[in-house]
Amino acid sequence: MRYLPKSDVERRQMLSEIGVSSLEELFSQLPEAVRLNRPLAIAPGKSEYDIIEYFRDRGLENANGYASFLGAGVYNHYRPVLVDTVVSRGEFLTSYTPYQAEIAQGTLTTIFEFQTMICQLTGMDVANASMYDGSTAVPEAAMMAVRLTNRDKIVVARTVHPEYREVLATYSRHQGMPVSEAGYDAQTGKLDLDDLARQLDQDVAAVVIQSPNFFGVIEDVQALADLAHKNGSLLVFVFTEAVSLGLLRPPYEADIVAGELQSFAISPCYGGPFAGIMAAKEKFIRQMPGRIVGETKDTRGNRAFCLTLSTREQHIRREKATSNICTNQALIALMATVFMTVYGKEGLRELAEQNMSKAHYLASKVKPHFSGPFFNEFVVSANGRTPEQVNQALLEKKIIGGLPLRRFYPELGDAMLLCATEMNRREQMDAVAEAFA
Amino acid sequence: MIKKVRSHVNQNEPLVFERSSPGKRGYQLPDLDVPAVDPKLALGAGNTREDIEDFPEISEVEAIRHFTRLSTQNYAIDLGLYPLGSCTMKYNPRVNELVARTEGLAWAHPYQPESLSQGALEVMAALEAALAEITGMAALTLQPAAGAHGEFTGILLIRAYLESQGNPRKKILIPDSAHGTNPATAMMAGYSVENIKSNDRGMVDTEVLERVVNEDVAGLMITNPNTLGVFEQNIQQIAGIMHARGAQVYMDGANMNALVGITRPGDFGVDVMHLNLHKTFSTPHGGGGPGSGAVAVAAHLIPFLPKPRLQKSGGTYSWNYDLPRSIGRVRAFYGNFGVLVRALAYIQAHGGEGLKRATMDALLNANYIRAKLEPFYDLPHKAPTMHECVFSDDRQAKLGIRTGDIAKRLIDYGFHPYTVSFPLIVRGALMIEPTETESKDELDLFIDAMISIAKEVEETPQLVHDAPHSTRTSRVDEVTAARKPIVRWKK
Repeated sequence: MRYLPKSDVERRQMLSEIGVSSLEELFSQLPEAVRLNRPLAIAPGKSEYDIIEYFRDRGLENANGYASFLGAGVYNHYRPVLVDTVVSRGEFLTSYTPYQAEIAQGTLTTIFEFQTMICQLTGMDVANASMYDGSTAVPEAAMMAVRLTNRDKIVVARTVHPEYREVLATYSRHQGMPVSEAGYDAQTGKLDLDDLARQLDQDVAAVVIQSPNFFGVIEDVQALADLAHKNGSLLVFVFTEAVSLGLLRPPYEADIVAGELQSFAISPCYGGPFAGIMAAKEKFIRQMPGRIVGETKDTRGNRAFCLTLSTREQHIRREKATSNICTNQALIALMATVFMTVYGKEGLRELAEQNMSKAHYLASKVKPHFSGPFFNEFVVSANGRTPEQVNQALLEKKIIGGLPLRRFYPELGDAMLLCATEMNRREQMDAVAEAFA
Repeated sequence: MIKKVRSHVNQNEPLVFERSSPGKRGYQLPDLDVPAVDPKLALGAGNTREDIEDFPEISEVEAIRHFTRLSTQNYAIDLGLYPLGSCTMKYNPRVNELVARTEGLAWAHPYQPESLSQGALEVMAALEAALAEITGMAALTLQPAAGAHGEFTGILLIRAYLESQGNPRKKILIPDSAHGTNPATAMMAGYSVENIKSNDRGMVDTEVLERVVNEDVAGLMITNPNTLGVFEQNIQQIAGIMHARGAQVYMDGANMNALVGITRPGDFGVDVMHLNLHKTFSTPHGGGGPGSGAVAVAAHLIPFLPKPRLQKSGGTYSWNYDLPRSIGRVRAFYGNFGVLVRALAYIQAHGGEGLKRATMDALLNANYIRAKLEPFYDLPHKAPTMHECVFSDDRQAKLGIRTGDIAKRLIDYGFHPYTVSFPLIVRGALMIEPTETESKDELDLFIDAMISIAKEVEETPQLVHDAPHSTRTSRVDEVTAARKPIVRWKK
C-alpha cells in the first residue's frame, strides 16, 4: 500500500519495542465475537492510473460539452486559475482547524479577510468563518433568531429556495419552532406583503426572505424589513446568487444574513461542497453559531489572529452551545476569498453587470412569467408545451435548458426557471429563444 | 535537542485591504456580446448599490504573493506529523484532488437531467456499497455535510423510528468521555442529555447503564474506540441492554480509523452511526472543512433516511423522492459530492486488504508512541491502546507545567501539538493520534521531542512555560480577543 511509509523490517522493530510479536496481537483485546474474520469484500488496491481512468470514465457518463441555463441555487461562473493554485497549497489543503494560533496564522488571516469581505458585501457588521452551505445556514439563522427574541415561530417566504425550506422544516420539527409559509404575488413573483402581514403575530421570531428570490425576482427588502420590525420580529435575508451582491443594494435593514457562496469560484460539483455564510448586526454576535476569527496581539505586541468567542461553541458549552457545528467549509471559503480578491471591487461589479445584461438579453427574446425586476434568472412559461419538451429539444443542440418548476410549485405547471451568466454566449441564448418560439 | 527544524526567513504580509489601492485589478472579463443594460433601469434605482466599500483592489501578482506568503505561516500534514487525537490527520493523496476536478464531475449541475448524471450517481452508489461493507451496516445516506451534521441526522433517524413505535422518548445518554458535538446534537434533535460516568478503565459502565436505561431513554451515543483510544470491550452487552429496553445505539464514527477491516459496527449491535470521511477516508481537512458525515444505518432505520435516495432499476440510476416516512432533507442537493469522490478514490487505492493494513499500521504507530513515552508521562488508563493514546500531565503539573505548555513547546520542535485537555475525564490530557501515514523516522523524532521536553520540564521549566520561542507569532492574547471582539477589518 503506497500510502503506508514503513518497511516490514521497521514494523518488526516497532512491534518488538512494543513487546508484541505480530500486528494482529495489537487488536487481540477485541472480543472474538466481534472480529471480522474475513477480508473486506472490496476490490484490490488500484494504481493511480487506474483510479484516474475510473473517474474519467464516470465523468464521461455525465454531461460533457453542454451549454447550461440551469441556476436555481447553483450557478455556472468562471473560476479564475488562481483559486485552485492557492487552495492546492499543502499548507492550506492539509492543515486542521486553526486551534494553535502560533502555527495557523495563514488560515486565520484568510478567514479574517473572508469575514471582512462578507461584511462588506452584505452590509452587516459581523460574519462567521462559514457554514456548511446556504441551505443549512437558513435553519441556523432561524434558531439564532429564536434565541435572540425568545419567540418561537418562523415565517418563511415561499420564494425562498424550496430545498432550503425543506431543510428548515427538518431542523425545526423537533425544536418547538413552528414554520409557516408566506405566498407570492402571482403577477410580480415577489413575496405577498398582505399574506405575510396576516401571519405576523407576537410569537414570530423571524421572517425569512430571499433576494433575488427563487424565481430570480428582487424583493422589496426595505418594506419587508419594516413589516417584520414593526412586529418585533427579525428579518433573515437569504441569498443563493452571491454575484448579485456586486450590483444589488446590500440588505442593510436585515438582522441576520444567511447565504450561499457557490457562485464565487466553487464548481457546481453535483451539489457540493459549497460554503454557506452567516452575517449579522454586531449586537447579535454572541448568539452566532460556528467559528469566528478575531484580531488580537501576541506577547511581542504583533498583530495576530485567533479563534474567538468559543464559549458559544459545542466543545466548550456542550449541550448549551449555539449549534453543534464544528468542521465547516474553510477551504471552500478560501476559494471564495481568492475569488473576491481577484475580481475585487470593480471586477465583481462588472461581472454582475455582465450577468444581468446576458439574462436580460435572453429575457427580451422569451417572455418572463413574472413582472418583478430580476438579476440573472427568471421564470418563463413553455408556451403550451411542457418544460421537458422544450428541454429535450435543447438537449439535441447540446444545451441544458432550465429547471422545470412543477416539482416545487405545482401551480406553475408549464414554467421553468432559466439562468444566464457570463459563461453563456449570445448564440446559445439565441438557440434557447428559438426553442421557445 | 531540536532536530527537526531550524528557522528561516518568513515573509511578512499585511491584510489584502491594506495592500489595495484604487484602480488596480487582477481580472479581465470577456467582451460582453450582448447589449449592456443599465442597472438602475433594469433593477430599479432603489435596488442597486454604488460600490462595495473598501473591497480589495490588487493585481494578480500581489494576490498570489499574498496567499502564498500567508500559507507559509501554517503548519500542515505536508510538513509533518499532526498528532491531534480524534482528528485522524493522515496523508491526503494528491490523485484524489486530481480526480475530484474531473470536468464531467466537477461541473455537474445538481439539477441536470439524471440521464446526464449517471457517472456521478455511479460514484455515489459505489461509495455507499463500499462503506456498507466496511461498517457492516445495511444502508447509507451521503447527504450530511460533516460529522456533527451526520450526528444530527442519526439522532433524527432514531427519533423517527421510535415515533413509529409509538413513543419518541425523552433523553439521550452520553458517556462523559464523549465529543462536545454529541450533547449539542441531542439538544438540536429535541432530546435532553444525561451524562453517564465511565468506569475506572475508561469504558462505559454496564452496571450504571442497566440502572439508567428506562422508557424515557431514546438512545446512547457511544464513541468506539472511545476518546481514550480504548475499544469498548462490552459493546455487545451495551447494545443488548439498550435494545432490550427499546432504545437505540448511536455510534460516533470519529474513531473508525481504528476499526476498518478488523471489526464492523453493524456486527456489534450499532443501529446508526456516522463516518467522518475527512478523517478515516482521508479527504483533506482544508483548515476546517469541507468534510462529509455519511450516516450508516441498520435495516430497520432505512425507511427514515433523508430524501432523496439513490435507486437503480434496469441499469439506470435515479433519485427517489417518494419517501413518506423520511425525516426529510438535512441539506440541499445530495451531499458534499466532491468529498465523496475523494473518499472513493482513497478506498480504491487501498482495496480491502490495504484498508486493513492501514488500520494495523495506525494501531502500530499509536502503541509504539505509548510504549516509548510511558516512562516519561503518566498514562492514567492502562487498557490496551487502539489508534490513539491519552497521557496526563500529572507528573509535569507538579512542576508547574501543564499540557498546554508542553503542546506549545512541541511547536518549537517542529511538530503540531496533540489534542490538549481532551477528553475531559483525564486531568490535563495529552491525546495523541499519529495515524498510519507516519514513517518510523518521523515518529522517532516526535518521541525524541516529547522526551526532551519532559527533561526540560525538570531542568528548565520556564523554557517550556514560555513556549513557543521560535514561531513568527508568539502566544496570542485570546482573552482580549474574546472580551473586545474585532472580527473584521475596518479602514
